[in-house]
Amino acid sequence: MKISQKRIVTAYVFLAVPLVFYIVVRFYPMIYAFWLSFTNWKLVSPKQDFVGFSNFVKLFKDKVFMTSLWNTIKYVLFGVPLVIVISLFLAATLNRVKHLQWFYRLLYVMPYITPLVAVSWVWRWIYQRPPAGILNNLLMAFGLDAQPFLTSMNQSLPAIVVTTVWVNLGYCIIIFLAGLQTIPQEYIEAAKIDGATSRQSFFKITIPLLSPITVFLVVTQSITFLRIFTQVYNMTDQGSGGPLNATKPLVLYIYQKAFRSFDMGLASSATVILFLIIMGITLVQLLVLNKRVQY
Amino acid sequence: MKKALLLLLVVSVIFAGFAGAVKITFWQYYYETKVKLVDQLIEEFEKQNPGIEVEQVTFPYENFNEKVAVSVPAGVGPDVLTLFYGWIPLYVTSGYLVPLPAAEFSAEYLSSEFFPFVSKGIEFDGAPYALPTAVRALALFWNKDLFVEAGLDPETPPTTFAELVDYAKKLTKYDDKGNIIQEGLTMQPSGQGHQWIREVLVRQVGGTPYTADNRTVLYHLTAPEALKVYTDLITKDKVGYPGFLNDDVTAFRSLKAAMTIDGSFRLGTFRPLTNLKWGVTELPSMNGVKSNFASFWAHAITTNATGEKLDASIKFLKFITSEYAQKLWLEQVGELPANPNVAAAYYDHPEYGPFLKGLEYAHATFFVDETGQRQVMMDAVDKVWIQGMDPVKAFKEAAEEDQAIIDEFWSRVE
Repeated sequence: MKISQKRIVTAYVFLAVPLVFYIVVRFYPMIYAFWLSFTNWKLVSPKQDFVGFSNFVKLFKDKVFMTSLWNTIKYVLFGVPLVIVISLFLAATLNRVKHLQWFYRLLYVMPYITPLVAVSWVWRWIYQRPPAGILNNLLMAFGLDAQPFLTSMNQSLPAIVVTTVWVNLGYCIIIFLAGLQTIPQEYIEAAKIDGATSRQSFFKITIPLLSPITVFLVVTQSITFLRIFTQVYNMTDQGSGGPLNATKPLVLYIYQKAFRSFDMGLASSATVILFLIIMGITLVQLLVLNKRVQY
Repeated sequence: MKKALLLLLVVSVIFAGFAGAVKITFWQYYYETKVKLVDQLIEEFEKQNPGIEVEQVTFPYENFNEKVAVSVPAGVGPDVLTLFYGWIPLYVTSGYLVPLPAAEFSAEYLSSEFFPFVSKGIEFDGAPYALPTAVRALALFWNKDLFVEAGLDPETPPTTFAELVDYAKKLTKYDDKGNIIQEGLTMQPSGQGHQWIREVLVRQVGGTPYTADNRTVLYHLTAPEALKVYTDLITKDKVGYPGFLNDDVTAFRSLKAAMTIDGSFRLGTFRPLTNLKWGVTELPSMNGVKSNFASFWAHAITTNATGEKLDASIKFLKFITSEYAQKLWLEQVGELPANPNVAAAYYDHPEYGPFLKGLEYAHATFFVDETGQRQVMMDAVDKVWIQGMDPVKAFKEAAEEDQAIIDEFWSRVE
């Protein structure tokens, strides 16, 4: 065996370890879930019969499934634009801060590195009705009426979106800041000399040059919001996604079907649908947003 | 040295083979006092039954069903398993449990050794499947200090529903905007509230929750007003609402709720709180009717136990549900005995008494999907107080959803 051949073999041997790992813990369960979505398997039962598309038919007839599907879309539609716009604004502002920038960065990244369960419970208490909730006490101190927040049909989902945006901001700000620091100062300076206002150079130079970063964040944030679970599970009564399913996302629906009603077949079908949605949205975003900008 | 170790190993393996001890495995979820007591009971059982070894395995409550689901089919599960009685139908239909042999556990044995509601709760398709050591019931807890503050006698809790409402109103405090800052009575359907509605209020207004075969929902037909009785406390009398101070237990233990309906398992939560002066009494009656909800965890024998192991499991099951074990269970874990003979000695106990009296007229709901059926009742209450739906209509919708869950269960079984 030649040395070059030996090198190749060595490389494959090393690659084989993560490959086997991925096949066993990622791909195999994924393909198995696809199979399960066509069966009537109950978690606690040994029986696994093929039932064709009947799980999918059942899902689309299930009002709760349709509500959680719609809720999931709402989480993405409210959450992603909010987190992108706010984090871009904060990152651009932070980029100009010369003193103590590390301190502000740390401040914003704190929520992101705090365990999500803890964050959720703190916010659950922040949103409490009087006399406990700090937000309501604040409202009342300004002479406003107390709000039901998490116990309201209309306010509960936005309330959870706000918490999630607050958590994800830190991560997006750090990524945006890194992006901003890669933009050559010459472009901005040249524009200044040509008489561009700072607003013009921000919209005409900074934002277009940031677009690969923005695409990356939009895609990853969309996936994050599509998979929202922990916040809802911990911020609603008994992890129910209530009141009356007003906050229940798809993942919580799947969890309840799988581990509360033990209906693995149905849960797998819902998982397949979620998988297709995530893949679809991601592909569309990559196609539409991923246009390279060069100067 | 190595040789000596090897020899020791060989000898011990051979010895173990010859000794032929039957080894059975017992599973329960982790709860410190229960685990310690079972260790103690196993030691005594092994002394009385040489040749049987029992190994206790515990795991977190949260992954109970997942753990069982992966272990029993793989043949590495327990021989005796402690499960919530509401899961029995699911476990039986999944093929995990064997019926208790009639020769050992006759109908007479069950009726003489256990409270009447037990035999209904452990039965599936006419056969008994599990036995409890301890049971739980509901009662009314009240905060004596808040009673004094409201000008009520701290030693006289309400005994009728009318009194309950009257006291609750007096005990509720509002801020100047009308927000509740102290609950008269906790209103938490996700806690024990749903049980109170289903098994207590429904019966007290003259209804029956389900048919005798447990396959048909009746509460919306036989007691259409029962939900209204409950939700009126939230919407009309405004003595509390779901989620006040997050949940009923938090509200009561932080002295912000004057009364709460909860289970005997809560005694252990309230006992250590020195700033909380509480009493506990039987659930208030209505129209002269007393009712209560009882539930329990029960020990069942799994399909893993065959031959010698089955015999050993039967012996062990009898031992951990014996009067002796129940007495220790009450003293060390604080759960109510399932045997009326053991209970009799504690009827005047200030803490256990009210629960034990409640057991005489208690009912154990036959759940096919406990979480799902609880959710139905939580949703019904939410529909009324959040969406303003008519309680009779909300109750009817709850019944329809409940029926759908029950039908779905039976369609899988048959």
